[in-house]
Amino acid sequence: MISFDAVTKRFPDGTVAVDELQLEIPDGEVVVLVGPSGCGKTTTMRMVNRMVEPTSGTVRLNGKDVMSQDPATLRRGIGYVIQQIGLFPHRTIADNIATVPRLLGWDKRRMQGRVEALMELVGLPPEAAQRYPHQLSGGQRQRVGVARALAVDPPVMLMDEPFGAVDPIVRARLQEEFLRLQREVRKTIVFVTHDIDEAILMGDRIAILAQGGRLQQYGPPRELLADPVNDFVASFLGAERGLKRLALIPVSEVTAEPGPVVSPDDTAEQATQVARSFGTDWAVVVDGAEGNGRLRGWVSLHELEATVGESVLRPFALQVRATDSLRVALNAMVTSRTGVAVRVDEEGRYQGILTQELISKEIR
Amino acid sequence: MTPLVILATALVRWDWIARNGDEIWLRTQQHLVLTALSVLLGLVVAFPLALAAIRYPRLYGPLLGVGGVLFTIPSVALFPLLGPFTGILTRTTALIVLTIYTVLILLRNTVEGLRSVPADIREAAEAMGYRRTAQLFKVELPLALPVIIAGLRIATVTTIGLVTITAVIGQGGYGQFFIDGFLRNFATVTIVGIVLSVALAVGADLLLLLVQRALTPWTRRTA
Repeated sequence: MISFDAVTKRFPDGTVAVDELQLEIPDGEVVVLVGPSGCGKTTTMRMVNRMVEPTSGTVRLNGKDVMSQDPATLRRGIGYVIQQIGLFPHRTIADNIATVPRLLGWDKRRMQGRVEALMELVGLPPEAAQRYPHQLSGGQRQRVGVARALAVDPPVMLMDEPFGAVDPIVRARLQEEFLRLQREVRKTIVFVTHDIDEAILMGDRIAILAQGGRLQQYGPPRELLADPVNDFVASFLGAERGLKRLALIPVSEVTAEPGPVVSPDDTAEQATQVARSFGTDWAVVVDGAEGNGRLRGWVSLHELEATVGESVLRPFALQVRATDSLRVALNAMVTSRTGVAVRVDEEGRYQGILTQELISKEIR
Repeated sequence: MTPLVILATALVRWDWIARNGDEIWLRTQQHLVLTALSVLLGLVVAFPLALAAIRYPRLYGPLLGVGGVLFTIPSVALFPLLGPFTGILTRTTALIVLTIYTVLILLRNTVEGLRSVPADIREAAEAMGYRRTAQLFKVELPLALPVIIAGLRIATVTTIGLVTITAVIGQGGYGQFFIDGFLRNFATVTIVGIVLSVALAVGADLLLLLVQRALTPWTRRTA
């Protein structure tokens, strides 16, 4: 665990970058420091490995004051990734990744094995090992940066805008890979960004800082989005706060409604009755018990033939599953003529419908 | 150029060259030793000065100032100035004078080379847990090498030219050919001196370029 206890950083020119910061970062979580430029987020991060030393207060790593530890030894045990990456241009990719193992005096075979494993972990082709950094693409270089930081499997990682220098498409992929990786490695990560969307996506918790390093709010993204403590936080979270929240809530958290369900064997009359009782002019068509309850599509009351099975069956273009977000569900609603999102399980069995009323109840 | 070459070739007494191989070899050795020693001494002096200038940036201005003044003093004038301390006709005097010139060139290039290392690379090295000295020798110096070797090339070529002057205080080298050529009004020795001096400068420059290429494989821009 990393803890900041009344930490202040005042630079020689008098500017206060961090002001009486009180913050605890639990093990195995990604904590994102976010805020406008000049809010002291990078300074805060750099105090963890003594790249910046606090003017007053105490930064502790696993209960031990970092100022009482030898800086080089401390840093070798903390992964570090920055936007510019800072790869050593005079070393091959393999040597770059092996930087800290070499500093710690690992033997050659162990280093080589570790380098190979890391390159595979971050998705670098083996032939990149003997290349120099300038021979790689921006996205590949960023992966090398992450691999280098992970080299000795440090429990703590510091990442300063790690995906800031790559184009949006590569960034999205790297973010996704990072999250997958983090689920495997479970590091304690201090992640700095100025991009609130990245913060919401990556963070288990978010700390929003204002100019002069004043902490405004600290908590899980959903909590911040649901209940911003002040106008600064609210405006920093942005106008689409509701939508951003929806993106974080899985479909499984709301109870789907049964909806107007008919089977292909039902007559037009039965189908009309079901639809009317739900106040709709359409009905969901689901196979009966012998058909395992599979979703077939929907019918419009205006297009009914003698039985439902003989009528025009329209498919739901988008179906949502338990792990999808409510934002995905909302998208399904606004793009369907029925105005609802239909939920199915992994086997395509019908589980109910989600309506806009359900969603607005959830975020109100 | 061409008429000059033809004229020079016509003036050369090839039989003199054939008969005086030993002297030519001796002068070459003297020239090489003086050049190598003064460049090496220059490096030995300039390197710590450069490190000091990096650590205490306020030193750099005055160092360059003093060096610049020394640089403008004609070398011929420095010999009698040093005479009372190290003797006029000594190799020490010659070396001191030559070294003064190399120091300034090498100091400037070493400082500029070290300063050219990008801030993000320094930051990364520090954050990886390099200690100061290790960071200097394992990260910063290798990256400064192209600029430092460029300085070494300039210093070497400059010194090869300057060494010809030290013949006036009896240190031999190709300069002796110029003195002989002048005193004996004998063009062949002068031309031999010029050609060898230029060839040595070009050769040394090329050699250092190759050394740089070998030491800095990462600078080769191949994808």
